[in-house]
Amino acid sequence: MTDRPSWAPPGIDPTVPSVSRIYDYFLGGSHNFEADREAARVAIQAFPGIPKIGQANRAVMRRAVRFAVDRGITQFLDIGSGIPTFGNVHEVAQAASPGAKVVYVDNDPVAVAHSRAVLEGNDEATVVMADLRDPRSILEAPETRAMLDLRRPMALMLVAVVHFLSDEERPAEIIATLRDALAPGSVMVVTHATMDGPTPQGQRGAQQVYQRTTTPLIMRTREQLEPFFDGFELVEPGVVPLPYWRPDTPPADDDDPAVLHGLAGVGLKR
Amino acid sequence: MTPGPATAGDGAGKAPAGAPEDSLRRFAAIWSRAIYPLTATSMTRTEFEDHLVPLARLLDRALQASPFDPRAAVPVGTALVAAHCTDPEALPSILGVIDAYLVLYCAPDLTVDEARARCARLQHAVAVGFAQAMRERTLQEQEAILHAAISARADAEAALAGSEARFRAVFESAAIGIGIADMDGRVLEINDAVTRMFGSEAHVMRRNVGEWVHPDNGPEVRGLNGEMLRGEREGYHVEKAYPRADGSVLWANLKVSLLRDAEGRPQYQLALLEDITERRGLLRRLRHQATHDALTGLPNRTHFFESLDRALSAGPGGRLGVCYLDLDGFKAVNDSLGHAVGDRLLVAVAERLRSCLTSPDQLVARIGGDEFVALYTDPPDAAEVVALAQRILDALSTPVSLDGRELPVHGSIGIVHGPTRGRAAADVLRSADITMYRAKELGGNRYEVADPEADARAITRHGLTNRLPLALERGEFFIEYQPLIALEDGSIRGAEALVRWCHPVHGVLGPDRFIPLAESTGQIVPLGRWVLQAAARQARSWQSPDGGCAPHVNVNLSPMQLHHPDLVAEVARALDESGLPPASLCLEVTESALIGADEDALKPLRRIADLGVEIALDDFGTGYSNLSSLRWLPVSVLKLDRAFTRGLRHSPPDPVDSKIVEGIVSLAHGLGLTVTVEGVETRAQAEQLRALGCDTGQGWYYGRPGPPEALHKLAMADA
Repeated sequence: MTDRPSWAPPGIDPTVPSVSRIYDYFLGGSHNFEADREAARVAIQAFPGIPKIGQANRAVMRRAVRFAVDRGITQFLDIGSGIPTFGNVHEVAQAASPGAKVVYVDNDPVAVAHSRAVLEGNDEATVVMADLRDPRSILEAPETRAMLDLRRPMALMLVAVVHFLSDEERPAEIIATLRDALAPGSVMVVTHATMDGPTPQGQRGAQQVYQRTTTPLIMRTREQLEPFFDGFELVEPGVVPLPYWRPDTPPADDDDPAVLHGLAGVGLKR
Repeated sequence: MTPGPATAGDGAGKAPAGAPEDSLRRFAAIWSRAIYPLTATSMTRTEFEDHLVPLARLLDRALQASPFDPRAAVPVGTALVAAHCTDPEALPSILGVIDAYLVLYCAPDLTVDEARARCARLQHAVAVGFAQAMRERTLQEQEAILHAAISARADAEAALAGSEARFRAVFESAAIGIGIADMDGRVLEINDAVTRMFGSEAHVMRRNVGEWVHPDNGPEVRGLNGEMLRGEREGYHVEKAYPRADGSVLWANLKVSLLRDAEGRPQYQLALLEDITERRGLLRRLRHQATHDALTGLPNRTHFFESLDRALSAGPGGRLGVCYLDLDGFKAVNDSLGHAVGDRLLVAVAERLRSCLTSPDQLVARIGGDEFVALYTDPPDAAEVVALAQRILDALSTPVSLDGRELPVHGSIGIVHGPTRGRAAADVLRSADITMYRAKELGGNRYEVADPEADARAITRHGLTNRLPLALERGEFFIEYQPLIALEDGSIRGAEALVRWCHPVHGVLGPDRFIPLAESTGQIVPLGRWVLQAAARQARSWQSPDGGCAPHVNVNLSPMQLHHPDLVAEVARALDESGLPPASLCLEVTESALIGADEDALKPLRRIADLGVEIALDDFGTGYSNLSSLRWLPVSVLKLDRAFTRGLRHSPPDPVDSKIVEGIVSLAHGLGLTVTVEGVETRAQAEQLRALGCDTGQGWYYGRPGPPEALHKLAMADA
């Protein structure tokens, strides 16, 4: 990130597709510009099931938040939160546990500005403009310090974000840095794109779309996700396709098989 | 954001009984199954189904309302959009389920045709609500995202402005000069430091960087800028001279690089300048100081060797000439008239030497106290080098006039001339030095031309001379003692200290090998001091505590030591430090050293005699043997040269020699002097000399020079 001039953060240029606005489009939102929609359309063409993965991510996130709340956790750090549309962490968490604290983190200034507008008047939720590649800047941000008590367990949400880190950026080390800041009993939620599923060709097409954004997409296998959970105890059922992680109702046969291209796992810090 | 279950407007006039709850639930279940897969909701299927029940109820009421108002179904479409059924693909499913199942599950109290007609109009209303909500939502979200984008841009711009303000402040107040020019070289921006360096802003702004030419810059500087502009180099770093506004020169350490746009195309040239005018001036002064002699202003030894190395490394076919000049008798000037006068003399000589140079390829340097070298790079022939040496001798032929005193200056010159190939600087200089010594030995005030054979002969002598200071430092000298015997009773009176040099290459050298060299270079002074101190300490150690034996020690003084201003103090200190009684020390001075000495020159010797130290006149009988001088010289001992005793070696002795010795002894005794004879080799000789009245004898018969312990043993035996 250091080679990017400080006055040109990602997402500020509406003619360049932004990961968070494409995601919004997949979720049926209109928080996007033509460049985002164009990129999204290309991705959908290559891999028609991709909006479903977005929805499945939302769903698994919701289930994971509830899992955390059930364990008594009332603090949430959601990194790569994107454009808040619906079913956001603070809605789910604060509905299940009124007064729950939420810190959203994104490196896209438009997403951050939008989040700020949505969260106006919510004293229990805030947004930090920071980058996962610099985990210390997240942990040391004044908003984080003011909102979260790092001595108590929290939920670290890494939903559909780690796959934007290349291996050179050493995602396992970044996660380890965050892990070391977590109190024992904290949970970490990771969802990640994978080639493991039934239609790898389509996934590759989608991957190419992200090459055009400022953040390319990196597919990883289940085994490649294991190092991310170092120092965590994986809770049942382990790292599984999105619909299989603690579903409310058994996954239906008519579910789009594309959702199998997303993996989810939750770790419990020992 | 999460929509609550839609509440039906109950503004309708008559409220019908409505369908049973379980029928509505079944309808909602079918509806949910159709829509859920197309909905981007985060609700579970069950939740979504629950969410649809109130909407089903609203449709049921609208269907059965009287009067019938299809608009009552508009909120259903709105509510579904709010529940994130925003995919247009969802609409056919939404309407299809209403169309197929609403009438069936609600079982309204209407005719079939009426029910179908109402159901169709309700679907239209739901579609209206859906479309309206979609449009509202889209516009709202577009506005929100645009707002966010504008706000993010404003934040970024504010950050940029802040960052720009900070950089502007850094730019303005930087101590280093910063200038920006376009690719044509036109100066667009400079900071205060550049203005200060150049002395004026107008002198720099809007001018072209190519305009500042200064004769001190090489052509390569402009070449560098061209290479950078053509993209052949990223930047460059040079020391460059600029004309200041006031015409003076600014020397800058200049670093130029390109500023590129986002696509990497060069847009501007960025120059960083550091004013090094003062530092450069200082370096030049230091450089001058480092390469010039402070006294005469001539190039110094370093400068000379640099020039010599340059001449020697200048390709094949090069020649050179060197004239090595050493002033004759300069040490005497320094010693007798003082260093201040000596220095002024050197300045005058340097001035004359400078005038001997006739072309820029000639250089004269001062490389030592009174040593000068003229270097002639690529002389046309040997004759020109000799001519240079002759000019130098001519220039020195007139005495130097200082404070009305005419000081004659002469010099000896060693000339080396030849091809440069295969020669090292040190060899050239050594050869010139040796040749110069040859000129000196031939009487001085002349030049000699180097010749390899003569070099070889002089080499040992030269080598020894050069090594003397180091030898003293390394303790290569030692002293042997030769006993002096009282002829009266054969007892030991004392010993003469004789210095030896244990040379690492040539082995043990006698004083005749190196004392003259030490005398000619002045090394005799420190060497003599060391001998005096060592001998005094040795003599003190011989003097046993009971005082039974108190031998003298005799130490030789060279002519130069005799003239050294510190002699008296050094003798006094040697006595002091060793604790030797003055009467136990005898200084031997050669007769020739005292010839022509006036009362001033004898003063130190008198003062030493006054201390109680004995003075012996050494080698008496080899020079003038001016008997009358014995009257006023401060001596107490005469040492007769071995020449007088040779004739007394055999029995019967040579009658003439006997007479002479007898006469001298008689004369000496008459003047109160004692007589020591050298070269006693036989018993007969010893007997003779005792009979003739000599007091003390020295020679192989009594003992050769040896380590101090040998004398001690002799003394024990004698006792």
